[in-house]
Amino acid sequence: MTINARVDRRQFLRVSSLVGGGLLLGTMLDATGAAQLFAAEATPGSAGEFTPNAFIRLSPDGSVTIVAKNPEVGQGIKTMLPMLIAEELDVDWNDVKIEQAGLDTVKFTNQVAGGSTATPNHWLPMRRVGAAARSMLVAAAASTWGVPASECETSSATVVHASSGRKLRYVELLDKAATMPAPELEKVALKDPKNFRIVGTRVRGVDNHSIVTGKPLYGIDVTLPGMLYAVYEKCPVFGGSVKSANLDVIEREPGVRHAFVVEGVGTDPTGLLGGVAIVADSWWLARSARKKLKVEWNEGPRATLGSAEIAATAASLAKQKPQRSLRKDGDVDAAVKSAAKVVRAEYYYPYISHANLEPQNATARWADGKMEIWAPTQNPAPGRSLVSKALGIDESNITIHLTRGGGGFGRRLMNDFIVEAARIAKETGTPVKLLWTREDDMHHDFYRAAGFHNFTGAVDASGKIVAWKNHFVSFGDAEKFAAPADGKAPPPFGAGAGIGGGEFPARFVPNFALDASIMQQHVPTGYLRAPGSNGIAFATQSFIDELAEAAGKDPLQFRLDLLADPADTPQGALVASRMRGVLELVREKSGWMSRDKLPKGTGMGVAFHFSHRGYFAEVVQATVSRAGKLKVDKVWVAGDIGSQIINPSNAENQVQGSVLDGISEALAQEITIERGRVVQNNFTEFPLIRMAQAAPVEVHFLVSEYPPTGLGEPALPPAVPALCSAIHAATGKRIRSLPLSKHDLSWA
Amino acid sequence: MKVSLKVNGKPTTVDAPSDMPLLWVLRDVLDLKGTKYGCGVGQCGACTVHYKGAAVRSCQLPVSSLQGAEITTIEGLSSDGSHPVQRAWDEIDVPQCGYCQAGQIMSAAALLQKNPSPSDADITAAMNGNLCRCATYLRIRDAIHKAAATSAAAPAASSSRPRQAGTPRN
Repeated sequence: MTINARVDRRQFLRVSSLVGGGLLLGTMLDATGAAQLFAAEATPGSAGEFTPNAFIRLSPDGSVTIVAKNPEVGQGIKTMLPMLIAEELDVDWNDVKIEQAGLDTVKFTNQVAGGSTATPNHWLPMRRVGAAARSMLVAAAASTWGVPASECETSSATVVHASSGRKLRYVELLDKAATMPAPELEKVALKDPKNFRIVGTRVRGVDNHSIVTGKPLYGIDVTLPGMLYAVYEKCPVFGGSVKSANLDVIEREPGVRHAFVVEGVGTDPTGLLGGVAIVADSWWLARSARKKLKVEWNEGPRATLGSAEIAATAASLAKQKPQRSLRKDGDVDAAVKSAAKVVRAEYYYPYISHANLEPQNATARWADGKMEIWAPTQNPAPGRSLVSKALGIDESNITIHLTRGGGGFGRRLMNDFIVEAARIAKETGTPVKLLWTREDDMHHDFYRAAGFHNFTGAVDASGKIVAWKNHFVSFGDAEKFAAPADGKAPPPFGAGAGIGGGEFPARFVPNFALDASIMQQHVPTGYLRAPGSNGIAFATQSFIDELAEAAGKDPLQFRLDLLADPADTPQGALVASRMRGVLELVREKSGWMSRDKLPKGTGMGVAFHFSHRGYFAEVVQATVSRAGKLKVDKVWVAGDIGSQIINPSNAENQVQGSVLDGISEALAQEITIERGRVVQNNFTEFPLIRMAQAAPVEVHFLVSEYPPTGLGEPALPPAVPALCSAIHAATGKRIRSLPLSKHDLSWA
Repeated sequence: MKVSLKVNGKPTTVDAPSDMPLLWVLRDVLDLKGTKYGCGVGQCGACTVHYKGAAVRSCQLPVSSLQGAEITTIEGLSSDGSHPVQRAWDEIDVPQCGYCQAGQIMSAAALLQKNPSPSDADITAAMNGNLCRCATYLRIRDAIHKAAATSAAAPAASSSRPRQAGTPRN
């Protein structure tokens, strides 16, 4: 909390103490909903500035600077968090300047882009930050006028005393406001949402202008004086290490300044893996030299791994008794025996890659015992500790600047590219920009885990699901390439490879069993947009469709019936009425009830999924030619993410992107493994959706009474099964594995 | 090798390896960072620039082939974002991560130069080589239509180049 040049140090401390020793200006909720403190230490501003907390700086020239603390990777957070502050501060959005924060674990917590958590975690805390500053400005005006603060109102950076007609602009109150006691954040008055002037309006991305004019913004754009450029070659087999390399040849290549072998720190792919660094005057020269690089690798035990072997192991495990039970309700076997109809089906989805369009990169400078890093990371704090541990540098000597990221999707939750850049810069002693090639990026990802679901389901004579059983075969902990289990206790699920016992339709089917078996993991897996859900929804919702067919029911009405209020709804679990709400809305908007009028070869499919606190139901209409050519005609989306759509422009954009991303995954994406290596190299073999395939996506939000939640992920999962369901409606073909490119969709 | 070329109207001579693609000449020699690297094999379009009146992939053009070439990059489309395509991109709020958008804008601007009022099919044909990992394609399409409408309403403000006569409206 400060202040201006005329306030002495003693006063600074006094004022700071009012806000909890200068460290307490907010609360935020962690993922479990528990309150935790977050540090919002005020820093001394320049002369005449009012810096009520770490997020706001009001300057004598009238400018309002709001700090955006979280990493921006396309989810719109650099615009959204400042909107919340500006709303309650009551300033005009056009007057706001945004400043991207670097990693600062003293001032901030939760500087992470992941889990669609930013909205629920910041909805109140960021508003309170703005409201606290506003209340200090009001107090300053009230004190000037000798009137109660309760008689004052604000609007457009001005305090107004309506009964006397007096006005003071914020800029006139900065010095005085800095001497006002900071209010307790939990008690500060917030606006009634009906009075919002920024929140709820279509606000354009704050970096739009820089993006459309090609200004440097991203990690790949960072340039430092004297900077060299690096490439880094790692073993194509996961976890392999360097035996030897022809460094003498590489060192003689044009422009090459350094070529050296990096010893890895263990075989954890989230950390520093061994490899060969080539550092040159330009990235092109480094890459050109790399073409002559010959490395003898110690490929390690995974050199014989292949996708076929993984599938065979999964099939064998599926036939055995499950290793563990995640949930058991009622008696599935008995219910199956007495059921009218029983359906059994196996579902599979492949590994897929994040494929951020900006390949992984980081720039690092090692000087005077300090490491400074510029990186497009989603998760800078673990990046700093990784660099600290791997390179033996105290965290206090490591700075991480956040650049805009050219896509995140969960890939940049891992910081392997950061520690590599830091390691190379530490060796060269010069600033270095490490940039992976597209091929590096595809070969060294933390892939969406493949998954195998083995279902048994049963419906009774009335068409109600009476039994549901899923034996899920997945992978163990990838992060450490865990040793095989001792046969007694299976290892935990690998990153992004797990499932929870509460996964739908748990609680909604009386006889329910969710079992799991785990293979030893040899492929690094991680968190891809809506991790877990992006595969689980495909399998689960598709199988629900199969049961609807067995029951002879409309698949949408079948879902509504399935979503009857269960006996209990634990905190954080799917609330049935909210999902019914979005299903009913999408039924209406899509014209679902008229789908029998669609021509032959055209069908509608429906699916829903609850993830990341969001409720989404989607209808896809698709047409399949007799020859089997698929065209997605249109997608309708209904979503419930609570009481407020904070930025409708970005919300719509995120939902449309999520849906098309899901369709992109389903159409043709697959990462396969041969001889321990990823087969696919570039977009030729791992295609992303293109404009010609991008169907219109109509987005509807159902505003509910619940607190607002995030939108980076939950719209994706239903798109995949809704598409597969539409294909079934169009062709009669049931899609039980992905990608669709491997299926013959022709029909007669 | 030394190559003289004109980038965004400015004559320049660069000394670069003969096989260095234009993309890297722009980014690392001329410090024009707007043109992006995405795939290096002409599959993603993030590196799109204008050359000989067309949108081309700068990752596929070795500098040795560019003696005397005139190149326009995103920075040269307009530095203040006043080109109708840039304005439409901002107003429609197209970007998510934004990484591909310079390439998208360059492809769109080249399209509109040849075809001032493109149909949806024209747009798809012109834009299908540009990947957007965030899949902002629907807004890209909207923005192109908007830019076309803006240019049609005020051609003088949008471009000094003459509109093509007789381009069919779809």
